This record gives sequence, C-alpha cells and structure tokens, in this order.
Amino acid sequence: MTSPTSRRTTHRLAADAGLLVVAAAFVLPLAWVLLSSVDPHANLTVKVPDGVTLDNFDAVLTPDITFTPLLNSLLLCGGGTALTVVCAALAAYPLSRFRSRLNRPFLLTILFATSLPITAIMVPVYALFVQVNLIDTMQGTIFFFAASQLPFAIWLMKNFMDGVPRELEEAAWTDGASSLQSLVRIVLPLMGPGVAVVTVFSFVMMWGNFFVPFMLLLTPEQMPAAVSINEFFGNRGTVVHGQLAAFSVIYSTPVILLYVGVARRLGGGFALGGAVKG
Amino acid sequence: MKGPTAGSPHSAFRALSRALPLTPATILLLLFLAGPIAYCAYIAFTDLQLTGQAEDSFIGFENFRTAFGDEAFLNAVWLTLVFTVVSALLGQNTLGLALAALMQRASKPVRTLVGGIVVTAWVLPEVVAGFLLYAFFRREGTLNAVLDWLHLPTQNWLYTLPILAVSFANVWRGTAFSMLVYSAALNEIPKEITEAAEVDGAGGWRRMWHITLPMIRRSIGTNLMLITLQTLSVFGLIWVMTRGGPGGKSQTLPLFMYEEAFQKSMIGYGTAVALLLLVVGSLFSVVYLRLLRTEV
Repeated sequence: MTSPTSRRTTHRLAADAGLLVVAAAFVLPLAWVLLSSVDPHANLTVKVPDGVTLDNFDAVLTPDITFTPLLNSLLLCGGGTALTVVCAALAAYPLSRFRSRLNRPFLLTILFATSLPITAIMVPVYALFVQVNLIDTMQGTIFFFAASQLPFAIWLMKNFMDGVPRELEEAAWTDGASSLQSLVRIVLPLMGPGVAVVTVFSFVMMWGNFFVPFMLLLTPEQMPAAVSINEFFGNRGTVVHGQLAAFSVIYSTPVILLYVGVARRLGGGFALGGAVKG
Repeated sequence: MKGPTAGSPHSAFRALSRALPLTPATILLLLFLAGPIAYCAYIAFTDLQLTGQAEDSFIGFENFRTAFGDEAFLNAVWLTLVFTVVSALLGQNTLGLALAALMQRASKPVRTLVGGIVVTAWVLPEVVAGFLLYAFFRREGTLNAVLDWLHLPTQNWLYTLPILAVSFANVWRGTAFSMLVYSAALNEIPKEITEAAEVDGAGGWRRMWHITLPMIRRSIGTNLMLITLQTLSVFGLIWVMTRGGPGGKSQTLPLFMYEEAFQKSMIGYGTAVALLLLVVGSLFSVVYLRLLRTEV
C-alpha cells in the first residue's frame, strides 16, 4: 500500500511527463522557425544551425519586405483597434449601467454575431465594397475590421464593466457629471486591465487576420504583413527559408509580446478563456 | 429610483440620451456586418459575375441547384465535415481537455512551460502558423525527419493526405483555446468534491467520467460550438499550406467559395455557397445562445 503523498507525487510526475510529450510535438514547428531564422543554410527540417548569423534578418529588413508591410499592418490594426475599443466602451456603458427593455435583445444579437463565420461574408463584402468605392482603401478595411471585432469587444467590455461598482459613479452623478464624464473619468480608469484585454485581443486578431485584407485590398503598396508575406514568399520560384523564417519572427513578435504583457497583468492570462466561457 | 416618472416626455428624452452611446457601434454593425449579410442573401439568388456582364438577374434557387449537382461542391462539403470533426471535435477538444486535466496535477514549471508553448501556437498570425506547418509536413520537412529517425515509413503528406495535414495544423493552432476554456472550468470545481471521490477509492478515469465531465458539461457544450464555428471559417491556414489542392483534396467550403467567386468569377454562385455556410454557422450560433441562455 502506497502512502497518499507518494501516490500524489507519482501522479504529478506522470502528468508532467504527459504534458512534456505533447509540448515536444507542439514545439517542433516553433523551433524550426527560431533556428532557421539564424541559420545561414536553413532548409525545411528542424536542425542545429550551421553557425549563427543575422544575415537573414539583414536581408529582409528592407522597406519593401518588412517596413512598409509592417507599417500598413500597424495603421490597419491600430486604426481598427482604436475604433473598436472606443465604440465598444461607449456601447458597453448603457448596457452595463441602465436597465432597458432593449438590453437583452441587443446583447443576444451581439452574442449571435460573435459566433458568425466572418469568412462566409467576405465575398458579399467585396461585392458591396466595389459598389460603394471602398474596395482597396485603408479606411474601408479599418471599418470592416472594427465591425467584425465589435460584437466580441462589446461583450467582453460589458462583462468587465459589470465588475466596477456603481456606487463610485453615483457620487459623480449627484455632482452633476454626465454619463460620458463618469465613463471616461471613473469607470474606464477602474477597469484598466479589462480595457487592456479588449485592446490587445482586438489588435492580435486583426494583426493575424489574412482573409480580410487579402480580399479588401488590391494594391501591393497597401498590403499588411499578413498578405505581403504570402505574396512575396509564396509566388516566387525559389524560397529562401532562412529569410522566410526571419520575417515570420519579426512579424509575430509584436503580438506575442502584447499577449504576454496582458497575461502577466492578469495573472496567468487565462482570463480570455474565462471571458469566452460567458 | 429618483427622477421623473416613466411615460413623461422627460423620461423618453432620458431613455434616448442614455441609448445615445450605442449609436456608433450600432451604425458600424449595421453598415458593415448586417448590410453584407443582407446583400449576401440577395446576390446568392442572382447570377452576378465579376466581369463582362451588363446586368445581373434574379435566378431563384438556380445557384443552389447547381451546387448540389456539383461534384466539387459535394467534395468540399465532405472535406469540411472531415476537417471539422477531425480537427475541432476530436483534435482540439480532446487534446485541450487532456492538457487542462493534466495541468491540474502537473508541477508549476511544467505547467507554465507547456501552457506557454501551446498558447504561442495560438497567438501566432495565421499565415505564419501556415508556413510553419507547411515546413513541418513537407516531404523534406521535420515530420518525415522524425519518422525516419524512428525507422517509420515517410511520405509526402501534403500530397497523399492533405486534408489530414491541414487538420493536424488546425489542431496545432487551435488547441490552446479549448485548453484555456477547460482550465477555467476545471479550476471552478471545488477541491472537496474530487478529494471526496478520491477517498472513496474512485480511480482517475472514473473520477473524470462520473464527476469531472458532468460538472463541466456546459463548458464542453460552449467549447464545442465555438471551436466548430472557428473551424468552419478557417481559410488562411489551408490557403498557405495547400491552396486547397492538390486537385481539390483539401478544398473546404471557404476555399471552394473563394475559388468560385474570384478565380472563376462566379460571384453569385460563390455567394450562394457562402450563404449556406452562414446558415450552418447561424444554426450553431443559435444552439450556442441556448446553452448560454440563463447567463444573459
């Protein structure tokens, strides 16, 4: 008969071993991109680099390959995120603070919209954008990004706002502050982590999105990194794997840092999972 | 509640001013989300084409009739089904639950490390994930190198079993979501309950089956709905890895829709396919709402 403590230790070791096996499978593709980016002779297999070089980074750090697409990504996703967060914060306020017969239908519609497959409406969006001359424009793409991200952003924002006690605002109301003032001066500062989650989540989703800019933008000079990487590396005969890996690293780093930043502040970062759960 | 009584003009004004902050979001959603959906429902019944056509005309259910007689469409439906079942329902869901359950017992450093790796795969931009897994599954890629090292037969995965390759790619990329949902759910189970079962002598599997799973069944339902919907709209990952090929062997509905609408210029037909996808998505969405009904 084994003691409960030693049995628990055995369980823990078994769990650790199981997790590490899965992690090994997950880490292989990640290791490939990291190792290949500094490998002077990278190919498609994970291997110890033949020496360490920064030539791959050097080769892709040009305006054409990296700077212009990343700037475009920043404009698109920054604009889209700003619009999303402002609209979501404004919309969440009445939904969280005032009772109204319209709240429930509005929230249900929002929740319904969160789970619609956005991919499916891209063909009609394209056709519509052609008719109203928004096709191949940054602003059109920004508007669509914001609209597609809004349902989830409003839902998250409202849930975070519900966590801010009302009493603090009631004092401000009696002092004659308007809704907008109490939202901007009292509620939003108190839900800083919540706003950060909504902001980072929207930005990360847009930064990684391929299909929306792929459909709505046509001019190569306007393409964000998500599309340009594909055009540049996919459509030419010889692919330099080391450079492709280096570019992937550069393009992925901002969203990983942002995610880590938010996860730290929220202790574990499992808040997204929790928020999604409802 | 202080202030004027309901029904007075003052209160109507107040209700209106309170709803005012909803306006920007509502306008955006109506113009850029509801608008395209309505437009989708309209052009699905026309023969709209990309070029060389003076006017499109209403053709009723013709596009849908064409679709159900179109081998390529039926093939895409079948592949979408395989892709969803293998990658979402079996892959992401089961692996996510297993990871979350193991993490409950594992030591902290291992938990952090594994969580970090799995979540990184999820946060990576879709196209980058596509490239990484393209490299992984290529003939000269990592998977074959590992199989070779284990003295197992290798093959050119992206040609022989492209739908399985992209399904595994989607498992790699999407499992973190299920893992996060299930970790949150498992953390909410009171420790006393599992400990009581342990004292009663229930083994790991029985505890999982009879206690844990019933207690998190709502999370399971929610998770299944959400990952199904996410999987139905995967485009970039498959596009980068296989372009839907070879010979349509990994062409799921979103890729089929894209090809019909743009490469073959049949916007009307492509949109009809999109509408079917949207309807399937909406049905799942409604089920999802019912699952959450008590919480809104």
